Amino acid sequence: MSANLQLTEDGRLRHLLTLEGLPARILTQILDTAESFVSVGEREIKKVPLLRGKAVFNLFFENSTRTRTTFEIAAKRLSADVINLNIATSATNKGETLLDTVANLSAMQADMFVVRHASSGAPHLIARHVAPHISVVNAGDGRCAHPTQGLLDMYTIRHYKGGFHNLRVAIVGDVLHSRVARSQIHALSILGCPEIRVVAPKTLLPRDVESMGVHVHHKMETGVKDCDVIIMLRLQNERMQGALLPSAGEYYKFWGLTEDKLKLARPDAIVMHPGPMNRGVEIDSGVADGKHSVILPQVTFGIAVRMAVMSMVTGSNA
Amino acid sequence: MKIKISNGRVIDPASGLDAVRDIYIAAGRIVALGAAPADFHANAEVDASGLVVAPGLVDLSVRLREPGLEYMATLESEMHAAAVGGITSLACPPDTDPPLDEPGLVEMLKFRAKNSPGPRVYPIGALTWKLKGERLTEMAELSEAGCVAFSQADDPIVDTMVLLRAMEYAYTFGYPLWLRPQDFHLARSGVVHDGVVSARYGLPAIPVPAETVALQTILLLVRETKARVHLCRLSSRAGVEMVRKAKADGLPVTCDVGVHHVHLSELDTADFNANCHLVPPLRSQRDRDALRAALLDGTIDCICSDHAPVDADAKEKPFQESEAGATGVELLLPLTLKWGAEAGLSLAESLDRVTRKPADILGVDGGRIGAGKPADLCLFDPDAPWTVSTKSLASLGKNSPFLGMELQGRVRYTVIDGHLDYRAG
Repeated sequence: MSANLQLTEDGRLRHLLTLEGLPARILTQILDTAESFVSVGEREIKKVPLLRGKAVFNLFFENSTRTRTTFEIAAKRLSADVINLNIATSATNKGETLLDTVANLSAMQADMFVVRHASSGAPHLIARHVAPHISVVNAGDGRCAHPTQGLLDMYTIRHYKGGFHNLRVAIVGDVLHSRVARSQIHALSILGCPEIRVVAPKTLLPRDVESMGVHVHHKMETGVKDCDVIIMLRLQNERMQGALLPSAGEYYKFWGLTEDKLKLARPDAIVMHPGPMNRGVEIDSGVADGKHSVILPQVTFGIAVRMAVMSMVTGSNA
Repeated sequence: MKIKISNGRVIDPASGLDAVRDIYIAAGRIVALGAAPADFHANAEVDASGLVVAPGLVDLSVRLREPGLEYMATLESEMHAAAVGGITSLACPPDTDPPLDEPGLVEMLKFRAKNSPGPRVYPIGALTWKLKGERLTEMAELSEAGCVAFSQADDPIVDTMVLLRAMEYAYTFGYPLWLRPQDFHLARSGVVHDGVVSARYGLPAIPVPAETVALQTILLLVRETKARVHLCRLSSRAGVEMVRKAKADGLPVTCDVGVHHVHLSELDTADFNANCHLVPPLRSQRDRDALRAALLDGTIDCICSDHAPVDADAKEKPFQESEAGATGVELLLPLTLKWGAEAGLSLAESLDRVTRKPADILGVDGGRIGAGKPADLCLFDPDAPWTVSTKSLASLGKNSPFLGMELQGRVRYTVIDGHLDYRAG
């Protein structure tokens, strides 16, 4: 749906709002570009001058530490000026509308907005209203999309598995409330993953989730069986209210990833988690820290992927 | 004021008349069709050659946004927009600020409407105080002040005992209740249908059982109390089937659908277009097809605009934060004609759903053309194309899912109570 909004007329990435509808070549281009940036972080001087003189505004209408920090590091490694705005505690609380906030910040010569918002579609709305030279990068909107997280997960999978065409991937946990899961599902289908499973109790799955091209499993034992990749989702504490789940204990017993359940997957399976983890709720500590876990490399790759996205959307305005 | 409307193609769905006739109007009534009455000297003559002369449209849900919501639209602006849309009678729901829960508020609204050009206004009284769903309003007093029915608009009655008492009390006086079936708990803070779009975009969802569970409760209580209930804005296939069965069982229920729901589905919300944020939510294409079929077989009696003008600021927000609703009075006629044409109906059959049938539900002497009937008429060119735009809409609410689209059927004249209320420029 947003493909046209996200791409320039000649097919380059202008905004990154969602992975849905993006062509595979763009996703691959992002992953390839990220690969060239991974080494930047290993240098003594961790900077390249690609975004020198550009002003990147981190607009976080919802609290975040990890994502905001990695976007900030990524922008700084590209030599951009970074302005962090924690709007959850400022302008909109004074009654300013979202579009007014954006218009005001645009007037401060912004070149890029990195947006996190509690409502699905907020970055799309901003992208429709910004001046042509400004790019919008979605850092997570409602339950809709978290495209850079989805991309860094694809980077991680490609890094360890070499590709997507023969993979069986299980996404386990609260898919209903997860923007991460939605972005992963879109990315995996675009990149040609033949079998995407979602594993969760019915209360944590969207009613028509199968329309996204996934296989539904309610039991962990069948869900992770013979999988190459297991992605565990974070279970938020507030989900224990509202009759979605009876208790964290019961959740862990049936859907938590333990050593035993992991044995059902392929011997060379990797275990991923977008963080922050709840040890003992969705994942056992032994698994999180074990030899199958690639959870910390995910974070490292996240910086390179965000550098790639930021340099590409800025390049499209050149 | 005496008016002669000549050479028009007169269509009266009630009698089946569809022929070129002259119409003679005096003192607010149609005095003759065809030949002029003796001594008739028209003060004005309208040449309706090439136009359809239909009964004025009767719209069962038009928000005039007064009192209290004038930042969205005003009574004058929306009365005028309704006349532009060929509407000559309208019912306004009680969801104003404050709600229509006191006789004084209703009298003021009637007074304001009477002193403004435009359609006849029939207020729907609040069923409970402040629409809170707790204490019944003074229905008899409100009825004397001019309310023709009682409703919660889109506010819930959470306590089912209150709903039972409301039906019993309304039955005592013979007042109809207009209820939109939606279970409060199942709807929660949802904004779209629980379907493919909510799965894909993670928008908070309203499942179909939000409608059917509430509908089942209402139908069981109607069976119990024999209260007359008009069901507002059906949205689902399962809901339609329940109403079909209830009618077959002889329950005293009638039913309407919003005109947007006849044409759109959840897929139209897929680009976060806040103009497609409607109440109830647009559901699946199967649901929409069931609504259309139910309209055809009479399970759904009529179409209303569910007019909800919203200011631009309230729509330029992320979908789930945007104000729900669409402007509708000017789209009711063209979208009804579009449905009728697609369903293979005659003009008379299509118009029946926006004239005679809603007039009967409202219990007013309108929606018909005949000697002695009120001179409420809509003269339109059925083939005239026009593009829906912020400029072409007279309503202050520019919030239409159809912005930028071309529709057919444009009103040229609207006659209300024997006066030429609107003439296209």
